[in-house]
Formats: sequence, C-alpha cells, structure tokens
Amino acid sequence: MTGAIWSIPALFVLAIVGTVTAKTPAGRIVIYGGSLLLAAGLLIAGFDALTGPVQHLRLPLGLPWIGTNLRLDALSGFFLVILGLGGGGASLFALGYGRHEHHPERVLPFFPAFLAGMATVLVADDAFTFLFGWELMSLTSWALVMAHDKEPGNARAGFVYLIMATFSGLALLLAFGMLAGPLGGYAFDSMRAAHPATGTAAIILIVALIGAGSKAGLVPLHVWLPLAHPAAPSHVSALMSGVMTKIAVYGFIRIVFDLLGPNQWWAGTAVLVLGGITAVLGVLHALMERDIKRLLAYSTVENIGIVFIGLGLALAFRATGFQAGAALALTAALFHALNHTVFKSLLFFGAGAVLNATGERDMETMGGLIHRMPRTSFAFLAGCVAIAGLPPLNGFASEWLTLQAILVHPEMSEWGLKLMIPVDGAALALAAALAGACFVRAFGIVFLGRPRTDAAAHARETDPWSIAAMMGFAALCLLAGIFPGVVIDAIAPVARGLTGARMPVQLGDAWMTIAPVEASRSSYNGLLVFGFVTASILLTVAVVHRLSRGVRRGPAWDCGFPDPTTASQYSAASFAQPLRRVFATVVFQASDTVVMPPPGDNRAASIVRRIRDPIWDTVYAPLGRGVGWIADRANKLQFLTIRRYLGFVFGALVVLLMALTLWQ
Amino acid sequence: MIYAFLAQLVQMTLILVLSPLLTGLVRKVKARLQRRRGPSVFQPYRDLRRLLGKEAVIADNASWLFRVAPYFVFASTWVAAALVPTFAANLMFSWSGDLIAITALLGSARFALALAGMDIGTSFGGIGSSREMMISSLAEPAMLMIVFSVALIAGSTQLSTIAETMLNGDVGLRVSLALALIALVIVAMAENGRVPVDNPATHLELTMVHEAMVLEYSGRHLAMIELAASLKLTLYIAMIACVFVPLGMASGPGQVVPDAIGATAWLAKMAVGGVLLGVAETSVAKMRVFRVPNFLGAALMLGLLGVLLLFVSRGM
Repeated sequence: MTGAIWSIPALFVLAIVGTVTAKTPAGRIVIYGGSLLLAAGLLIAGFDALTGPVQHLRLPLGLPWIGTNLRLDALSGFFLVILGLGGGGASLFALGYGRHEHHPERVLPFFPAFLAGMATVLVADDAFTFLFGWELMSLTSWALVMAHDKEPGNARAGFVYLIMATFSGLALLLAFGMLAGPLGGYAFDSMRAAHPATGTAAIILIVALIGAGSKAGLVPLHVWLPLAHPAAPSHVSALMSGVMTKIAVYGFIRIVFDLLGPNQWWAGTAVLVLGGITAVLGVLHALMERDIKRLLAYSTVENIGIVFIGLGLALAFRATGFQAGAALALTAALFHALNHTVFKSLLFFGAGAVLNATGERDMETMGGLIHRMPRTSFAFLAGCVAIAGLPPLNGFASEWLTLQAILVHPEMSEWGLKLMIPVDGAALALAAALAGACFVRAFGIVFLGRPRTDAAAHARETDPWSIAAMMGFAALCLLAGIFPGVVIDAIAPVARGLTGARMPVQLGDAWMTIAPVEASRSSYNGLLVFGFVTASILLTVAVVHRLSRGVRRGPAWDCGFPDPTTASQYSAASFAQPLRRVFATVVFQASDTVVMPPPGDNRAASIVRRIRDPIWDTVYAPLGRGVGWIADRANKLQFLTIRRYLGFVFGALVVLLMALTLWQ
Repeated sequence: MIYAFLAQLVQMTLILVLSPLLTGLVRKVKARLQRRRGPSVFQPYRDLRRLLGKEAVIADNASWLFRVAPYFVFASTWVAAALVPTFAANLMFSWSGDLIAITALLGSARFALALAGMDIGTSFGGIGSSREMMISSLAEPAMLMIVFSVALIAGSTQLSTIAETMLNGDVGLRVSLALALIALVIVAMAENGRVPVDNPATHLELTMVHEAMVLEYSGRHLAMIELAASLKLTLYIAMIACVFVPLGMASGPGQVVPDAIGATAWLAKMAVGGVLLGVAETSVAKMRVFRVPNFLGAALMLGLLGVLLLFVSRGM
C-alpha cells in the first residue's frame, strides 16, 4: 500500500509544481522525470498487491461521514501495473517528445494530475473516492485534449468529450446510488454485503455498462473517442487509449464482478453482443480512416470490443456455474487489456514521432519513412504485428486465449448464449483478420513506398528518449508473446478473487507451454514457435547465401513501366478500396462518385468518397437536433418577469407535492 | 526420444523436399488436361536451382524489410507446415502450436509479404497487397470457423488429437463436418491463389493478386517465395488429408512399420489431392475480383453455420 499511497499525493504535488515550472526549460524534465519515477512506484505497488494480501487504509479526508477508504487487492494491483507501465512509458517518451510542445503550461500541470486521478480510481474503496478519481481523470484528460485548442476540430472534440464524460460520470453515480441502497452505504464493503434484488441488480448492471462502457469506447457510446484521443498530444493520446480505457474496464469489472455479486446469464449475452459489434465496427472504421492517430483511436475501440467479449464470456460462464471457464475468459480479457496498453502506447508514440518529423497526421502525405526513421519504423512494425494478433508477439497470445474461452464449453442450455458465443467467435475472427489488413495499410502507407511529400522525404529520426520508450514496449510485446505463461500465472489471483477459480498453473509445463484447460485440448508455445521460426530463418539464410551470387541494386521493375511520380503509388484510400467495397458499402453506406469532365473541358477529374457513420446518424444527430429544438423553445423562459418566475416555483412545488401524495 | 526427434526431423524434411514435386504434379495434370505435354514434374526443382544460382536484383529504394520478408515468409510457412501431422499423429513438437496457431503463422507470413509488396512503392505491388488483404479478411475468419467446427467435434484444437479422434473415435457422419470440408476447400483455393480466385500461372494481368505482390522479387528471394508457396499448398492438402481422411496415419508411440505405412498412405493422399486440384482448376474459370468476396463469404457462412449447428445441438 505504501508505494501506491505515496505515489498518488506525490503526483498531485507534481501537478502543482507543474503549474509553477511549466514555462521554465527544466519544467519538462522535472514533471516527466518525476512522473516516470512515480509511475514506477505505482508499478511496484501493483506487483506487490498482485501477490500480497488485501490491504486497507482509511484517511480522514473527503466526506466526514464516509472518509476516504482505500483498498488494494489483486484486481487493483493488476490495473496499477497497467497504469504504471503505460504512465511510465508515456513519461519516458514525453521526456523527449515534450520539447516540441509550444504551450507546455497547458500540458505539464495536467499530466501528473491525470495519472493521479486514474490511480485514485484504482485504489478507491468507496463510491465518493471512486467518483472523485473518475471525474478528475475525465477533467484533466479533457484539459489535455484541449491543449491545442486552436487546431481545427479540437474544440468540437473537447465539447463532445465533455458531454460524454459527464454522461458516463452520471451513469456511474446512479449505479453507485442504487448499489448503496436506501441506507446509503457508500463504502464498497457494505455494497458487497448487500445483495440487491434481481430487478435492481439488472438495472445496476445496465447502468454500469453504460457508464464504464462510454468511457471505454463501447459501441454505440464510442463517438467521442476517435475525436478526443487524437486531439491530445501524442503521449497523452497513448495514455488515454492505452490506459484510461483500461481504467474504465476496471470500473466495469469492479462494479459488476465484485460489488454486484452473482449475475444472471443474460448479462453475459448483452455484453457479448456489444463486444462483438464494437470489435467489428471499430476495426472497419479504422480501415476507412486516413488520419493515423484517428486510425489508432478506432483500433482502440476494436480492442475494447475484444476485451468485452472476454468479459461477456466470463459473466456467462459465471452465471451458469462454470467457474473454470469464467476464470479462463476473464484471464483472456485481462491479458488482452494489458497487451493493448503495451502495443497501443507504442503505436501512439510512433505516430507522435512521425507527426513531429513530418508535421502531418494524414497518411496520404507520408511514405518511405522506413529509410528516414529506421528505429521508429522498426518499433512501429513490432506494434503493428502485435496488434494484428500475429504470432509470436503478445496480441496473438491473448486472442488465442479468448478463442479458447469461446471453445471451452459448448454445452449451454440458454439459447441466447448458444447463439451469441459462436457468433462472437466469428466476430472476433473477422475483427482480427481486418486488423491485419488495417495495420498492413497503416505501416505500408506511412513507412513503406516512396515519400509522397517533401516533408516526408526530409523527415528526421526522433530523439533517444522516444526511441527508448518505443523499443522498451516493443521488447515487452515480444516477451509477453513468448512467455504468456508468466502473465497468465500473474493474473491468477485476480481470477480467483472474482470467479472463485483460476486457470491451471502454466509455469510448470515443459518449455513454457501454455495449456488453458489441458494439454490434449489445446496448447501453444510462443517460445518454441519463435525459436523455430528464428532458427529456420538463420538456417535458410546460411544455406541460400552459400548457394547464390549476391544482390545488385537497380531501378524498380514494375512490369517494365515504372512511373517516377510518387502519386502513382497505392494510397491509403486505394489500399482500402476493395475492403470499402466489400464491407463499407453495407455498414457505412460508402459510395464513390467519379466526376469525369467531357472532352474539351479542362477541369480536373475528381472522385468523391462518402462514408456515413450509422451510429452518429441514427443516435447522436437526432439527439443533438432534439436538444437544440428544446433549447430554442426554452430560450423564451430567459426573459420573464420576477412574478412569473415565482409563479413557476410555486407551480413546481404544487406538482411535486401532488406527486408525493399520489406516490404514497 | 531420439526416434521421436528423428520422426519430427523427417517430417520437416519430407514436407520441404516433396512440396515442389506436388506443384510440378499439379502443373503436369493441368497441362495434360489442356492437351499439352507440359514440363516434367521435376521442373519446379530446376526452377528453384536456377533462381538460387542467379543474382538477385532489387530496386534502389528497397528497405531491409524487402530483403528479410522472403526468408520470414518461408520460415513461418515451413514451421506451420511442420506442425501439420503427415504420416504420424504424435510428433515430438506437435503440441507447440495448435490449428489456430498454424492459421496465425500463415497470417504472419502473409502480413510480411503484403508489406514487402508495398515497399518499393509501385502500383502493382500495392494492388497485390490490397487485394491479398481483402481476400484474407474473409478467408481467415472462414478458416477459424472451420477450426471451431473441427475442434468442437474433436474436443481439441490440437491437430494431432483431432487426427486421432477422426481416426479412432466414432465421429460418424456429421453435417458440420461436411460444411467444414466445403468451406476448407474454398479457403484453400483462395489462400493458395488457385484458379477461381487467382491464377498462379499468370503475369501481367490486372486480376493477379499473389504474382503482383512478388513482382519485384528475383533470384534467391523469389526462390524462397516460390518454395513457400509450394509449402503452403502442401500444407493445405496435408491438412485436409489429416482432418478428413486420416486413413493409414500412424498414431500412438512412434514405430518404424506404422510410420512407413503412414508415409506411404500420405504420399498417395497427396498425389490424389494434387490430381484433384489440377482437374478442378481446369474445369472452372477464374472469377472477377469482386466476385471473390461472395465466394469466400459463402465459406465463412458455411463455417459459421457448422459451428452454430454444433452449439445448438449440444446440451439439448
């Protein structure tokens, strides 16, 4: 507890230091260096809590009749590890990246406060502290989103984010209010002890899913995410996508798995439906996107969908009394959450480095950066392979576990689960395959080919701090991919605490194989696969180089007609065209309009692509129009006399009293 | 122990050495059906030797990725192929990866090749990569649905366990398996770039996919890619043979006689598979690129239908 408990106030102090020193040259070093150390403290506290006993602490702060209750158990510990990793990596990256910031005073004070808010959520043991941390996290991240408020689109991003963050906070407030019951037991212990009636529990679950889901980016509550995450400076984008969405996942797990107690099977079905839709829709959006940071943000939506598929399976298995399966599914979800933190942070760092080098976020202006930024491109490639779910990196290990969780128990008696689990399996497979296409496109357009603009042709490699952060995360992608057993065993206390079971011990198996149920059912050995592939490559290279005559450079062949203009390359839009035609014509009503001027007319020909976001069109746009309509009507109420206002007050009082009489 | 290791080694060498022969066989069958004499079945070996002996010419702006990709593609395809049981079910390292891992290893190879296609920045490379990823975005989920069907019936995603279940257990006739077989044949056609989806014998055609991606390769790099393509074809036919016709395959602890019988049976199955592929390729026409998604979508739906049937029929 001590590590975590001292790191959080120290982060607050650092935030205050940030307001003072932001404009001095040393400010960046102090704030990010301090954040790096304190994030390491959180990481150590997290590891302690994962293995150690549950720790409590009560501070005489906050509301007098509740106080501030803190608790550190395995679940908090696991997410503190995520926070420590993501926060530490972002701080390390920002030590170098932060020098490009034009207004450091708009970033530096909020960065440690953002970390502190997230850490507070993780150690909170009463609703007040939890919501305090939650709102702090929302507000500081909103301030960071608005750091570059003059850039086009950022003001709108901040506005939408603020609305959705408020909505999410309100939903959680409602959930906690119902959990606390009429007696107002806001401490988590009394919520655990109280078992709400089935109907109430159902409403709490739905409200918690809405509250936490809108922060995590669950479809249809994801609309703010691809606007807000890219608008922030890149290391903050990494933190928002890599860590803040995980804090939201933590909130969901804490409320639904821990505080609420046993659940009904339909809860699993509901989460499975949302998770499946989120995974597929997120990656399809990412495929259509040409802004590299928005692409990454949409891919976050996809990965959150995969995490929620795991959580939905865990809920379903838990409700049907199949605890080993629930432990497997929960482990898969948590493993994927950790992996996503690592590779998404890495990818956002890479996008930040590219943004600094070229001044652009639009992929269509890049190309050929692998020659100009070799280290960044190498790390970014590792992130792409990991997020595409390809062996031997970590994305595959967690997606493999999720697939095993889908296959583990086909004998369901509930029809909702019988149909939803295989359909989610298909959704997961589709999302993984589309993610592969998405990241071939992202890496291929940004780093490969020939530079499309002068800015890309003269880009320069980024600073050593940033490289260190990216390479560190790339190494973690490989390590978690070839030693998945270590991570699975580390998650075991969390799974046991929440599902009453754990996966079999993995580290005892020979050669670090992982076998989620038993070896005859399924096993995977990342280390051996990695070893075999590496050995085969070395062997082949040795043999082939002995046989053949070497390499000569020459002009590109391109079937004999190489075109020197860089515009003749495949672009991000043209790469996505087949997929747009196959998937997006249905989902997004995508259409291409070609305008070809008649002969003699020397205007340029043009092609216009249109994509509609079905969620925005059907939910948010009508909602916004409705609010606008009501606001227009209510506007008249602003200009009334004091008599009429008093009349309103009186009328409202009478109506309320009448309602109260009728109620009783 | 030593025998098991040797058996694993034999399997790896066997599949590597014989895969060009299978490609040669398919070409020969196609040539005969077109009333051509066609090159010898050993022509692929000669091609490989010729390519290996030549100097590799790569474009001026090719990066390290372009040079590494062929070896990576070859190595991961080879490892994936070595994980598919051929003559015996219980090989030494068969537990290091299951059917999902095999699918994903092939995915890794494709990822590398698609990136290599975009490295030079030519329009042919881009068109190939883009279409390859479109095809894989449907073929891969279809493949996973097939894996699901088979795994639910056998109670395992481990190919050796699946083969043993199919060999010994009373699986009987199942609708899901039939659906999975049809879907797997479609996926195998698409993944190997065979005729209704792509034409392996074409160059300089706007509809080509795989050949467009590897257009810039020459010499030893091209040799690696050609060999990987042969390996992949062998892998898919071996996989179909292993799951749906495991007849003759040796199971249990390794012994010389059952293994020899298994090897003979496997060779016969591969020959039949090659002939069937040649016949199939000659008897259908290549489809337009944008009809491929429908074709593969059918495989995906068949696979999903098979899995749904299995889920629904359990626990009733």
